[in-house]
Amino acid sequence: MHPKRKQRLIVILFIVVVSSAGVGLTLYSLGNNLNLFYPPSSIVDGTAPVNTSIRAGGCVVPGSVERSTDGIDVSFKVTDGAVQLPVTYNKILPDLFSEGEAVVLTGKLNESGIFVATKVLAKHDENYTPPEVSDSLQGSGEHQAVCEELSYDS
Amino acid sequence: MASWQWFHRLGSPRWFYEKTESWVPWLAVFAIWMIVTGCIWGLAFTPPDAKQGNSFRILYIHAPTSMLAMSGYYLMAISGAVGLIWRMKLAFMVMKSAAAIGAMLTFLGLFTGAVWGKPTWGTWWEWDARITSMLVLFFLYLGIIALQEAYRDQDAADKTSAILALVGTVNIPIIYKSVDWWYTLHQPATFKIMEKSTIAPSMAYPFVWMILAFYVTFAWLLIMRTRVEILKRERRTTWVQELARD
Repeated sequence: MHPKRKQRLIVILFIVVVSSAGVGLTLYSLGNNLNLFYPPSSIVDGTAPVNTSIRAGGCVVPGSVERSTDGIDVSFKVTDGAVQLPVTYNKILPDLFSEGEAVVLTGKLNESGIFVATKVLAKHDENYTPPEVSDSLQGSGEHQAVCEELSYDS
Repeated sequence: MASWQWFHRLGSPRWFYEKTESWVPWLAVFAIWMIVTGCIWGLAFTPPDAKQGNSFRILYIHAPTSMLAMSGYYLMAISGAVGLIWRMKLAFMVMKSAAAIGAMLTFLGLFTGAVWGKPTWGTWWEWDARITSMLVLFFLYLGIIALQEAYRDQDAADKTSAILALVGTVNIPIIYKSVDWWYTLHQPATFKIMEKSTIAPSMAYPFVWMILAFYVTFAWLLIMRTRVEILKRERRTTWVQELARD
């Protein structure tokens, strides 16, 4: 390679490496602030702020969904495997919302430790299966893989 | 040095223009055939997803366009680097052509993502790490297109936009890993490099087909746009003027 071209190559590599390192360090220092939501355990242990609007994410505990008889109020628990966070919500749930599936909630934690959600988003996973295959699997594959691994007994 | 000869010949816009003349119609037919058959396969001959039903089918457009938007960025940045190092005019023309196609693909990726997000997640848009970093990619592409137009001197425009393209490459691994590094609403990748893919084979074949289809389409559009760019920038040369006279 011509020495002049070599020099230009080194300058370009330098620019790319330095700018990438700059962006990388910025992202690293931002750290947890870039997360879209708090897991239930950091809401229960007080890491997440109380009475301000935050997002929570986790899996809906199977059997915890209770719908009120005279309205669309619904309450359920979300978990990250460590703790369970009680949630109330009074709007229409997305179609993909179901027990054993992941959700992302927007809302506030009140003084009694209940998360009052103003928005519920269903988080779908990266698995795609035809209905017949899903039926024959029975149990495994019925819920999201990330929720499947959790223990719900806590 | 003899081994570099092919590379220097590639730097000649005229050589590239004449060489690719016969490729364009073949590539066009092949690309359109692949896209059409892939769409029919994905829409009509693939089973619906057990949970998402038919809405998952937008994956066949959403994922390939987003993948190409990212790999196209590398192509653009590397062309820019080649242009800067070897002062190669053709490389800058490829860079400029790739920027427009990349911007279009990124927009398609974001748009189909929003359309898919509404019935599945329950929202068009959420400022999570994946969606936001993809929006940054869109702005990077727009920035490069804008820089190309901002200078009266083409040489200055090429050099500045090449540097922006190179600095922006840091965003590509961020987009790719955003779903693993942070909690996001967007699901992690289905096709994994090291692990088994999490998609049923009957759904995976049209997916792979559509990815290849978009690669061919990208190549077709890139060559076509580069040829136009060659004519535009070389309009004062005798060979282009002779071409115009015929």
